[in-house]
Amino acid sequence: MSAPLSVDVQNVSRQFVTKKGQTFWALRDASLQVQEGELFGLLGPNGAGKTTLIKILSTLLLPTSGQARVAGFDVVREADKVRRVINMVSGGEHSGYGILTVRESLWLFSQFHGLPSKAALARIDELLEVVGLAQHAHTRINKLSTGMRQKMNFVRGFLNDPRVLFLDEPTLGLDVETSRILRSYVKRWVKEKPGRTILLTTHYMAEADELCDRLAIIEGGRILACDTPANLKRTMQDEVVLRMEVYPSLAEPQRLAQLPGVLRLVPDRGQNGHQVLTWGLADDGVIGTVIQALQQDGVRILRLEKADPTLEDVFMRMVGRRLTDGNGQSNHSA
Amino acid sequence: MAVETNAAPAPAGHSPAVTWRDRWQTFRLSAWLGWQVESNWADPLLFAVYSMAKPIASALILVIMYRIIANETAEALFPGMYVGNALFMYVGALMFGVSWVIMEEREYFQILKYIYLSTASMYWYLAGRAVAKFLITTLAVVILLAFGAAFLDLPLRLSQVDWGLFATVFPLGILTMIGLGYLLAGVLLISARHGSGYVESVAGALYLLCGVVFPLDVLPGWLAAAGKVIPVTYWLEGLRRALLGQSFAQALAGYSDGQIVLWLAISTVVTLGVSVWFFGRMDHVARSRGLIDQVTEH
Ligand SMILES: Nc1ncnc2c1ncn2[C@@H]1O[C@H](COP(=O)(O)OP(=O)(O)OP(=O)(O)O)[C@@H](O)[C@H]1O
Ligand SMILES: [Mg+2]
Repeated sequence: MSAPLSVDVQNVSRQFVTKKGQTFWALRDASLQVQEGELFGLLGPNGAGKTTLIKILSTLLLPTSGQARVAGFDVVREADKVRRVINMVSGGEHSGYGILTVRESLWLFSQFHGLPSKAALARIDELLEVVGLAQHAHTRINKLSTGMRQKMNFVRGFLNDPRVLFLDEPTLGLDVETSRILRSYVKRWVKEKPGRTILLTTHYMAEADELCDRLAIIEGGRILACDTPANLKRTMQDEVVLRMEVYPSLAEPQRLAQLPGVLRLVPDRGQNGHQVLTWGLADDGVIGTVIQALQQDGVRILRLEKADPTLEDVFMRMVGRRLTDGNGQSNHSA
Repeated sequence: MAVETNAAPAPAGHSPAVTWRDRWQTFRLSAWLGWQVESNWADPLLFAVYSMAKPIASALILVIMYRIIANETAEALFPGMYVGNALFMYVGALMFGVSWVIMEEREYFQILKYIYLSTASMYWYLAGRAVAKFLITTLAVVILLAFGAAFLDLPLRLSQVDWGLFATVFPLGILTMIGLGYLLAGVLLISARHGSGYVESVAGALYLLCGVVFPLDVLPGWLAAAGKVIPVTYWLEGLRRALLGQSFAQALAGYSDGQIVLWLAISTVVTLGVSVWFFGRMDHVARSRGLIDQVTEH
């Protein structure tokens, strides 16, 4: 028998009405299963439907159709039961009782969850230490920076030792070092505590790659693929990924994308302002053709590498565009 | 629930039941939080002025108006009017105290969704948040009544108060107001804007319909009839009898004390039942529209 499912999503759709009165699907026929003990990721660009799914699973939003169960409970009919065994953290928001101190606020939540007061305080202090907020334990929340609030919010998510924890972009906007600390805590937590499950959303592909046992790639409200990071990247084995920095920029990338053997060409702006071209090629033999074509167009190649495929490449192949718009906004240290 | 544990949690399909202890705990914590929010004034003097001086001033305006009219009827009605007006402060404070939490937590603290996920019961949480308002209002009401007894010939003597009636009637009215607070909280849950407008209009309507500063008898028949199904009307009547030993409206003078208590109890139970049901419905609507964590863009 397989382990029980922590999250079971069956054909869930969610429709919204825009301000102009049009309806559209933020989530379309999504299905996924997360096993107990898994650290599962939802990877997708802005507006993909990640938060929508998290809200449905955490009982804050009803699905338009379909069914979902968390820890065995129906998220619509048994919302109360679901709430007793989960917790949730959303990144990039500004929540908190400004009038309370960090420690008071966390204590309050620990009490709402019914934890013994003394043990809860010990735990809070320990977690504050982990996220580097200990020296602000007695600071009023309205004196905290956004990042500090986020760290506090992160701690709140772990207070009740939830069976299923939803992390919606937990490292959004945090600095590299803090992100690294939170990621390693997340990883350790789910490994060391039996029976806990984490469902995490992110649009940092390196974060998804590093953390997740399995992940779903989601775009336009649909789940496009669901597998381990390694397996997803393995689907790229039949092609060669070539990344190059060029100058001047290639004027008509669409034309070169038509070359025989070129499966894909995604242009992007690099960190130093030079254009970066990512090619998906059928085999090594096409590399020569590509270089020649660029020379004919008077485009110089400044840097060239045959890259190992990343999740980003998997995403580009599936969707035809980059996951994150622009470059260098990831807080994932190299 | 153990805190530092590496043990496996209860198996899937098992969720700890909500106990009365959990609900009481929620209520207590919420009351503590409400006090922190309420007393968050930089200057305690300013706080006192705001929460006491304002109601006292508005009571005095009424006194002056009654004195200007200065006929026999006005004279006879004065005690009932004065007490009614003082006690009505509870209605506004509690309805506001319970319902405004929704706006405050969602818009200002942006924490409503986390409260939803953490507390055993939203009802107990909302009621708890109003405790601080209740205490402050009690202080203001006591000051107002003492002032009336000392300087305005209000026939209120502690030795003559019917404490048994008072102790029966008073808590029932408080329950009613918490119920009305849930009703408004339900409305606020699904309406981001104009929140305070709703609360104020309901308070205004009750001020008119429940015979607060003039007896029900002066209202047109259908308005008086509406007043007679609202528990606040019986609450005020019962408390006037307990405190002053006299009725206010002719319309209610024929009722025995027992009947007043009975009507108050029945209408309180109905109000609470309807409001709990209504809040549950609006909660469902809010979840279906995605409003639990909605923040109005400014
Ligand atoms: N309450 C709402 N009313 C109308 N549209 C909504 C609402 N909530 C979300 N949407 C829309 O649904 C779509 C999916 O949004 P969602 O927040 O799930 O995306 P996301 O994957 O979390 O994106 P991001 O990476 O930006 O957080 C978006 O187009 C968004 O505008
Ligand atoms: Mg999101």
